[in-house]
Amino acid sequence: MIGAADAVLQVEHLTMRFGGLIAVRDLSFTAARGEITALIGPNGAGKTTVFNCITGFYQPTEGRLALHHGDRAVWDELEALTDRGDRSVRRPEGALFLLERLPDYLITKQAKVARTFQNIRLFPGMSVFENLLVAQHNPLMVASGFTFLGVLWPGAYGRAEKAAVEKARMWLDKVGLTARADDPAGELPYGAQRRLEIVRAMCTDPVLLCLDEPAAGLNPRESSELNELLLSIRQDHATSILLIEHDMTVVMEISDHVIVLDYGTKISDGTPDQVRNDASVIAAYLGVEDEEVAQAEAEVGL
Amino acid sequence: MAAQPPESKPHVDIVRAIKDAALAGLLAFGLFLPLIGFQTVTNMRNELELDTRWPLLAWFVAIVAGGRLLYSLVLAPWRARRAGQPPSPRVAAFTSAFGRWFTPFALGFVIAYPILAILFAGLGGAVKWIDNFGIQILIYVMLGWGLNIVVGLAGLLDLGYVAFYAVGAYSYALLAKAFGFSFWLLLPLAGTLAAFWGILLGFPVLRLRGDYLAIVTLAFGEIIRLILINWVPVTNGYAGISGIPRPTFLGIPFNASDEGFAATFGLEFSPVHRTIFLYYVILGLAMLTAYVTMRLRRLPVGRAWEALREDEIACRALGINTTNTKLTAFAMGGMFAGFAGSFFAARQGFISPESFTFLESATILSIVVLGGMGSQIGVAIAAVAMIGGTEILRELEFLKEIFGSDFDPTQYRMLLFGLAMVLIMIWKPRGLIATREPSAVFETRRTISVDLVKEGRG
Repeated sequence: MIGAADAVLQVEHLTMRFGGLIAVRDLSFTAARGEITALIGPNGAGKTTVFNCITGFYQPTEGRLALHHGDRAVWDELEALTDRGDRSVRRPEGALFLLERLPDYLITKQAKVARTFQNIRLFPGMSVFENLLVAQHNPLMVASGFTFLGVLWPGAYGRAEKAAVEKARMWLDKVGLTARADDPAGELPYGAQRRLEIVRAMCTDPVLLCLDEPAAGLNPRESSELNELLLSIRQDHATSILLIEHDMTVVMEISDHVIVLDYGTKISDGTPDQVRNDASVIAAYLGVEDEEVAQAEAEVGL
Repeated sequence: MAAQPPESKPHVDIVRAIKDAALAGLLAFGLFLPLIGFQTVTNMRNELELDTRWPLLAWFVAIVAGGRLLYSLVLAPWRARRAGQPPSPRVAAFTSAFGRWFTPFALGFVIAYPILAILFAGLGGAVKWIDNFGIQILIYVMLGWGLNIVVGLAGLLDLGYVAFYAVGAYSYALLAKAFGFSFWLLLPLAGTLAAFWGILLGFPVLRLRGDYLAIVTLAFGEIIRLILINWVPVTNGYAGISGIPRPTFLGIPFNASDEGFAATFGLEFSPVHRTIFLYYVILGLAMLTAYVTMRLRRLPVGRAWEALREDEIACRALGINTTNTKLTAFAMGGMFAGFAGSFFAARQGFISPESFTFLESATILSIVVLGGMGSQIGVAIAAVAMIGGTEILRELEFLKEIFGSDFDPTQYRMLLFGLAMVLIMIWKPRGLIATREPSAVFETRRTISVDLVKEGRG
């Protein structure tokens, strides 16, 4: 499996236990580079837990989460890296990160994984533009000479900030928020807040963008705009997308690969068409026929 | 109320207003009876006696009841009439012009202040006005601005801020006395040491939020004070440190000797020279604080502080190292308190743990809260009102003619302090300046209502 497909993220045997509750059990999957991978499943299936493990908000109980940039050959070092106890291999031609060993902010800063949240987490009291500048904190920090130069020599920093402003302008234009750039983010309508959160994550230049229910609460028009945005992100930027979604039209329309979770375990994995016709997926979502329940009960001797 | 057409005059119920005023008077009577009505005095035989002050109590009750009556008969209907209407263009024009001209005017005033004081109060009388008002207020403005970084920008509630002030003061006092280093060398050193203590406090409290953070910072302030009291061989305990070297003007001391400032510049010796010099030193330090804070807000680190106050989890998801961000906020806040502390020690010539009690932390914090968290102009205005207001009580001798000769206005300092807090919390719950200036402008500058801005949970 290793190095076979051009994977950007490879999750192996991920288990997350909270006390007695096993939220995710022995989950393995691969997200391919340049694809949109969807993670679906009924409520409480453990989708957000998987996200929190990938982005470092939870420390997984077991498992390996490997993220890769650049040259495929770096994948070959995965076992050596794991055994060495190190957290990353970084070379000009490519890099490999073990996400379970990185603190959350380094997962964004070095491994270039960005995320959005199920209940939008913007900086409501800061302007839309400021939100996008905060997302470019790390490059701007270097540009400001780690603050010292920026305090002593304002002009030099001002020039360095221009690139950040241009990037913000590009993303604002893309989601049609340019006219509202100076408005506080908390005043935007709900759909615009969703879009802003996505472009704010994009301002960190991610290799993998993790979206937690981006279409939740959007009307059909906004939903289709979101599809276009995600497709253009995949096409025009070197960003792969991992997506949690309940809205099946979004999932089936744009994703290249779907993984279905139920009670923390993977029940299906394949193209949208394969998943749509998978009996276990239909059972998990719609329940099963009464005879089947009786049959199953008979099997276990109830 | 909402159902009424806007042009109808709100109905004023006089009976209800009188009842309301009587109730307020009764409440005031109950409150002030033990506070003002009774007083313990020591008689000739050194015994405590209970004394009563009924006329004074009557004055207070009358002020409260009368004020309440005035409010419900005049002020409340006026406010209700005005509530639905947009502010008139003249008022709006005035506010905007005021906003534009306030800062340059205030800056000019503080620069010219010593000259104005000498012009109006004479050379001898000016010392009091420059020292008690000018320097004292500017120290608190600087402390307020320093704490504003921690509380207002980064949203970390710090109840032990005075600890850094103490570190700065004792650093200067001890190092100047032990090694004879000059003020200008020790000023950055004291700031660095205070910043170091800020980081030291920052580490254990990184995981704490809100109330828990506040309690630990409060304890930190007390720990520093208790160390100053109990580490007698170094700090001289309660007795404090006296004879701290005073700052010099490029090496020229401010004294009456032949090498002194007055003799060097051919002036007649006057204590006002030193006071004016100290005034401009603290003004310079305060301006440095303001400038650096303004710069930092426009730099990624300052924006990260504000983002941290808004949403810490989102910060981490954007690759911001929240540990470093919090520590830099504590360090920067601590550094400015350290500067102010070393200035304080140099100005007083004497320091003791008494100057660094919790009350000082509370005063500085209330300046920040009253001013409007995050607003530098608001904090400066609040410092002038709070510190200048309490100082001006000393000047209100004429009140003795109303309330009797044993009336001492300065004793009502805390009462007025509390009153100011209550009034501000009623009318301006988010402080005097309740808008946030964005740190970066894309096309048009637009202030953000503070209702959207989070206060931070540590």
